[in-house]
Amino acid sequence: MISLAGRDILHGWGKFVLTSVGLGLLIGVTLTMGGVYRGMVDDAKVLLDNSGADLWVVQRETLGPYAESSSIYDDVRRSVFEMPGVERAANVTYLATQVRRGGEDTRVMVAGVEPGEPGAPGQPGYLTAGRHLARSHYEAVADEASGFRLGDTIRIRRNSYTVVGLTRRMVSSGGDPMVFIPLKDAQEAQFLKDNDAILQQRRRTAANPSLNRPGVPGMLEGVIASQGVNPYVNAVLVRLLPGADPEKTAEHMRRWMRLEVYTRAQMEEILLGKLIATSSKQIAMLLVILAVVSAAIVAFIIYTLTLGKIREIAVLKLIGTKNRTIVGMIMQQAIALGVLGFMIGKVSATFWAPKFPKYVLLEVRDAATGFAAVIVMCVFASLLAIRVAVKVDPAEAIG
Amino acid sequence: MSGIRIEALRKRYGTGDMAVDALKGVDMEVAPGEVVGLIGPSGSGKSTLLKCLGAVIEPTGGKMVLGGSTIYEDGWKISDLRTLRRDNIGFIFQAPYLIPFLDALDNVALLPMLSGHSDADSRKRAMELLEALDVAHRAAAMPSQLSGGEQQRVSIARALANHPPVILADEPTAPLDSERALSVVRILHSMAQQYETAIIVVTHDEKIIPTFRRIYRIRDGKTVEEAGEGRSTAGEIAE
Repeated sequence: MISLAGRDILHGWGKFVLTSVGLGLLIGVTLTMGGVYRGMVDDAKVLLDNSGADLWVVQRETLGPYAESSSIYDDVRRSVFEMPGVERAANVTYLATQVRRGGEDTRVMVAGVEPGEPGAPGQPGYLTAGRHLARSHYEAVADEASGFRLGDTIRIRRNSYTVVGLTRRMVSSGGDPMVFIPLKDAQEAQFLKDNDAILQQRRRTAANPSLNRPGVPGMLEGVIASQGVNPYVNAVLVRLLPGADPEKTAEHMRRWMRLEVYTRAQMEEILLGKLIATSSKQIAMLLVILAVVSAAIVAFIIYTLTLGKIREIAVLKLIGTKNRTIVGMIMQQAIALGVLGFMIGKVSATFWAPKFPKYVLLEVRDAATGFAAVIVMCVFASLLAIRVAVKVDPAEAIG
Repeated sequence: MSGIRIEALRKRYGTGDMAVDALKGVDMEVAPGEVVGLIGPSGSGKSTLLKCLGAVIEPTGGKMVLGGSTIYEDGWKISDLRTLRRDNIGFIFQAPYLIPFLDALDNVALLPMLSGHSDADSRKRAMELLEALDVAHRAAAMPSQLSGGEQQRVSIARALANHPPVILADEPTAPLDSERALSVVRILHSMAQQYETAIIVVTHDEKIIPTFRRIYRIRDGKTVEEAGEGRSTAGEIAE
């Protein structure tokens, strides 16, 4: 039996292809939106994976260090390290900031880590070029996505850092590339005040009678000296010994150290369930709107194509064509439109996804789900046209 | 005798005060191989009669016998009118109304295919008909590439594709000039005899009316049979 749908498509292939291109671009946008969401999730997971931590020790009653600011003393690390089940513990600071590169601002996440401890939690997992941080000051390891190259200089606050190593896929939960600098520099950068503010603070301290007593020489100098040092970090990242129970260890730390401790699962819940939840809903809304618009376009196209064939449908019915055959013809055309549109959309999304500033992850399972959704959408969208076709009176062919 | 026979066929549109009797008891009989003309002024009931004969609308009363079987007698006697139309009635329209996305051969072959014949058999049968109608050389052409006369011959081939006992032709020569119109009628006479098909031609075309041996004139919903000039064979028309 002749494929009426196929013949009709071949007969007007130009119109069909152009229509498919329009639909395909819309599907491409939809797939890309899904990819943006997947990219956000992947960025969050990569952040946790690449941190190499099993536990995150942060300030009490905060969701730090990624979702909220957290501040704990840097000597907490020693206490944490002494806890049973702990293999390694490392101080870490995070600072989201803008840096200049080639005359352009680049958004990066500056991570402060202990130099000379590759493999410790919080350190870049592997390098694509150069070496790890070895000196305590003015060196940096940058993610390739930041655009920096070996030997480049990065200006962060008042100090400049030379890029000595490059890494890959080390990003913040927001997808910004990370730049690793020595912990001491990072602590200073995070809490550093400008000169005017320091002078103002010293003046206020000197004016405070409880800190500048006439009978206690050296007290004021001591207080001022303590104000120039930042003993805080955002978190202590902990790697557990093989076989150690993260939940039990975390509970032990919470009880004895009076700090908040998150396991990997809890931190993932914070990142995915809280930090990017609003963005996810935003994208979900856009996906729904795009799906509805796509369905409306398919419905309109198929409906218009069918209206243009009313006389032919009447003739087909008059000469004895089953309604089922005509319904099949319309539905096959709708599905063919969806298949071609999806292929164009998938190719388009694959082509333009890498050009997005943030990571767009196009997963095969999303493509499969999208394909199924497009086919279902096309079938439903063709129902209006099918309704019209089924109602065509064969007598219309006679006049 | 097979062919088609109708007795006291009636058709009423609407009910009550709004009722209109389009057919008020039409009698007609067309034998296999015969071509008759059905003429009448606009609004006389020609289209209604054609639709009743084509099993497209249901008459209000009367009897229709098609190919020896009663298909209507105060109600349809056949439940599947679609199959009845497909296998027993051929249609030729004023405009050819070929399926624009099928070539000439498949326009003709579609009907046998719909009846369940294999693609190869259907195309073989379609090609035979196109050869008989002298358009086989245009078998691969799309309808838009055919001339008006060629399109009409393909539509005649389509009407004959399932070898139906009756063909209903609705103003088949209307868009054609005299020469082509007579050519089409010649073909209809030839095909009627060759395939033992009864052909009813609804027409206003004065050029072709003399070609019918019998004419049914319809007026106010009733038919009157008249003798035509009887030049119903291909040879006579050619003279």
